[in-house]
Amino acid sequence: MFRIVEKRELSPLVAQYVIEAPHVAESAKPGQFVIIRVTGRGERIPLTIADREPSAGTITLMVQKVGKTTYHLSCFEEGNAIRDLVGPLGRPTELRRWGRVILVGGGLGLAPIHHIAKGLKELGNTLTVIMGFRSRELVFWEDRMALLADELVVTTNDGSYGRKGLVTEPLKELLEAGAVDAVICAGPVPMMKAVAELTRPYGVHAVASLNPIMVDGTGMCGACRVRVGGEIKFACVDGPEFNAHEVDFDDLSNRLKMFKKYEEIAMRSFQERCCGCRGERWEGR
Amino acid sequence: MGREIRKERVPVPERPPQERIKDFKEVKLGYSPQLAVEEAKRCLQCSHSPCVKACPVNVPIPQFIKLISEGRFVEAARKIKEENIMPSVCGRVCPQERQCEGACVVGKVGEPVAIGALEAFAGDHEASVGYEKFKIEKKSGKRVAVVGSGPAGIACAADLLRLGHDVVIFEALHEAGGVLVYGIPEFRLPNEVVKRELDFLVEMGAELRLNFVVGKTKSLYQLLKEFDAVFIGTGAGLPKLLNVEGVNLNGVYSANEFLTRVNLMKAYLFPYYDTPIFTGRRVVVIGGGNTAMDVARTAVRLPEAEEVTLVYRRSEEEMPARAEEVRHAKEEGVVFKTLTIPVRFVGRDGWLTGVECVRAELSEPDETGRRRPIPIPGSEFIIEADCAVIAIGQGTNPLVVEGVKEVKRGSRGEIVVDPESLMTSLPGLFAGGDAIRGGSTVIVSMGDGRKAARGIHKYLTQGL
Repeated sequence: MFRIVEKRELSPLVAQYVIEAPHVAESAKPGQFVIIRVTGRGERIPLTIADREPSAGTITLMVQKVGKTTYHLSCFEEGNAIRDLVGPLGRPTELRRWGRVILVGGGLGLAPIHHIAKGLKELGNTLTVIMGFRSRELVFWEDRMALLADELVVTTNDGSYGRKGLVTEPLKELLEAGAVDAVICAGPVPMMKAVAELTRPYGVHAVASLNPIMVDGTGMCGACRVRVGGEIKFACVDGPEFNAHEVDFDDLSNRLKMFKKYEEIAMRSFQERCCGCRGERWEGR
Repeated sequence: MGREIRKERVPVPERPPQERIKDFKEVKLGYSPQLAVEEAKRCLQCSHSPCVKACPVNVPIPQFIKLISEGRFVEAARKIKEENIMPSVCGRVCPQERQCEGACVVGKVGEPVAIGALEAFAGDHEASVGYEKFKIEKKSGKRVAVVGSGPAGIACAADLLRLGHDVVIFEALHEAGGVLVYGIPEFRLPNEVVKRELDFLVEMGAELRLNFVVGKTKSLYQLLKEFDAVFIGTGAGLPKLLNVEGVNLNGVYSANEFLTRVNLMKAYLFPYYDTPIFTGRRVVVIGGGNTAMDVARTAVRLPEAEEVTLVYRRSEEEMPARAEEVRHAKEEGVVFKTLTIPVRFVGRDGWLTGVECVRAELSEPDETGRRRPIPIPGSEFIIEADCAVIAIGQGTNPLVVEGVKEVKRGSRGEIVVDPESLMTSLPGLFAGGDAIRGGSTVIVSMGDGRKAARGIHKYLTQGL
């Protein structure tokens, strides 16, 4: 069991969990993820590691309520424990002294972006962080990113906070102005696709952190297979980060729909039975 | 001498196909004590025992069968356990017709003695009265890490404990048992049977650490520092996919994903369990081994599937699956299309709609003695399908030794070991099972586990 030592609601959709997992805290590197299973009947879902504190033996995960598992987890509070957690999985980010790096995070994509920013900062890179949200109430971690970024841009789709529009607009201006050595993005598939298309003509090194469906996370099942440079890769062991210019984002987007119908059934079934027990009684039902 | 041979075996009671395809409960009900004794009496007790020679771990077969015929069931199980610690598992999953039963002298004139069913009976009987704790040699004070909790790891851990070493078993998944729980379906090998073997190991002093990926959570180097020796029994967890068009369409699975969703994650109980499985109405399974049979028979039992077709490129004669699995699959309504090669997956809007195949004929046996399938030009056709599962074999999962340059690996990624001690090219590191073979059987892997335990013991007590 893995105890939640701190939980903080960051927005109506996203919560931050600090979880006791000493071995993972010890070994985790930027870009890596864990797979969790909330309860004994739960599914396995991947979550990127947003931060770690080896001395405390904890890692920080960010969870956005999108389906049964994440809504169920939102019932859990400090002191509760999740059933299973395994990691760190995947290849770490290639941390180099690039020079000037632009990090683009959309919504929950900020989890990997935060950890990557930390690693790049330590190496002395100059960081511009662009964080995009749909609207003001969904904005989170502006303070934490400000500590790492030399330059920080917040965008909202509706203009209710920061700059109005998509992350690609400020990114385009920065690329036009030149002197960009690398771009790393994480977030919704359409955003990553747009970043890949936008950066391509500039010939700049671009990386995307992918979020396909996974089961075991150790290269055993191939559920997470993605098309990169015309080849099949397993995001769990070959990724989750790939050269953004080589990723087939349409393929990724399609494969994310494979279990849509069932995700809706699971969500409905959960809502019918949810009793606000914070997960404790759930096991017995 | 002069004893009359009973040519027909005592049938092992099975649930009828119409009934069993509605659930995931075990198909074979197993012998009752009375039936077991009756069947055991068919054994001729041959002194040259070809059955023993044909067994990868040389189980004393005539001896344990004699004990059954005398009603000494627990003693029979313990006799088996001298060579094979999991009779309940092996009795259910070994390809007996190619091993012990294939060599049985009774089989020359009639049906061979049902050695597998008798083995499972003895194991189950012993479990029902409680396992006898084995004697542990004087504690050595040495600690061994066993990486992977499948057949190789279980067998290795048991022998190491017996020899007085401390054992910690590391498992990447949230449940122990390896392929026995994520791969082999409940209706063939109930997880409960595997669980009691693992519980027994823990009772004997093994420590089990779940959710721990060696190579990620801790590196192999760290483990070698913390332990006096390390055994790798991580199996063949790397699915082979068909390198053809459309393999990434929704609806196309590897056998590992399909079976893991159903067996380990219990997708057949969705939404009571959270993990879903999609099959649609028509399922095509590609392959001719036990895994392909497991997938096909699993699909038959899932609520959405109505037609399950198995496609194999050679003829039924060449199928590597156990004869019993092929028979069970047919009884359960799986349609076999042999001499059929899948050439691409066809789809619409990102979803699979069919598998394009070409018919094949077999060549004359080549230098390896195998008859190769040769496509017949112009014979292409499409099998309509909502779901296709690729079950054409496995490679060695490289995760555990990734970046460990000292460990020599073969052309197919398998870990290279010394054939006697099963030690790798890195001193103190041993390996066995599918990790060194890329794909074999439960019993061979268990044999490796035991052999490695002997190698490790020698290494720990006598040095290199």
